[in-house]
Amino acid sequence: MSGDIAGGVGLVHYLVVAALLFTMGVLGIFLNRKNIIVILMAIELILLAVNINLVAFSAALHDLVGQVFAMFVLTVAAGEAAIGLAILVIFFRGRGSISVDDPSRMKG
Amino acid sequence: MIQALAFYLFALVVLLSGAMTILSRNPVHSVLWLILAFFNAAGLMVLVGAEFIAMLLVIVYVGAVAVLFLFVVMMLDIDFTELRAGFVRYAAIGLLLAVALVAEILIGVGAWSAGGIDLARRAAPTNDAMPNIEAIGHLLYTRYLFIFEGAGLVLLVAMIGAIVLTHRERSGSRYQNIARQNARRPQDATRNVRPEIGQGVQL
Repeated sequence: MSGDIAGGVGLVHYLVVAALLFTMGVLGIFLNRKNIIVILMAIELILLAVNINLVAFSAALHDLVGQVFAMFVLTVAAGEAAIGLAILVIFFRGRGSISVDDPSRMKG
Repeated sequence: MIQALAFYLFALVVLLSGAMTILSRNPVHSVLWLILAFFNAAGLMVLVGAEFIAMLLVIVYVGAVAVLFLFVVMMLDIDFTELRAGFVRYAAIGLLLAVALVAEILIGVGAWSAGGIDLARRAAPTNDAMPNIEAIGHLLYTRYLFIFEGAGLVLLVAMIGAIVLTHRERSGSRYQNIARQNARRPQDATRNVRPEIGQGVQL
């Protein structure tokens, strides 16, 4: 496991890119705390970083299971985006805004 | 050499567009930057020989999810300047947390590359004689068949859920009632009349 997975590019290169992308996703949730659409996009970025990690390890270990599981992560991400946006649409219909602070009124 | 060059290009663009996704003022621009990030991540995956996942990323994300985002952003009439309030307030703590997180992850990667974990057994070793898509197909339809079916079920539930959530009955629409249509007979619908000359027909 020397880590060279593509002509001079090592596994660690991929892990660093994925780590930075993951951090950007987490940062995006904090920065756009009120805009739920951008929060959903930041979650997509986090899942993309996870997929890059899975594929890089799959290439480094010569094991295909990583790629199969990246596909399942993709499936769940697509379902999550569809349901999240559907909830967003009905929430907007009811309130006329999508501010994250408003759902606290839903309790009780 | 050319692979290293391509890697740095893709990695740079994916990180830049990821940053622009979370920093853009306009959510439409955010979606477009997200699409660019996905395209370049697909490039990164092609570089290590995962063509299938790369194509899946382009087709599923750029073709479906990003367009869904774009559709919702444009459909909802939202005042986005109001939603950006608090951006500066949360920027400091967010950046602090992000720096801590990235430092932790990089230290973790460093610790791993210093020692190394040797996994002796491979669950599904790559067969170099077989193309990537064929190998994944073999794996997916044999060992991971039930998980694959489960993934299909997840997508089905997501589809039904999205339709049920956003569907609304419109009052006043004239829907076709097929049962009533089929139950109607010619003798109910027509009648013969013999109108008087000069009187016209009473309906």
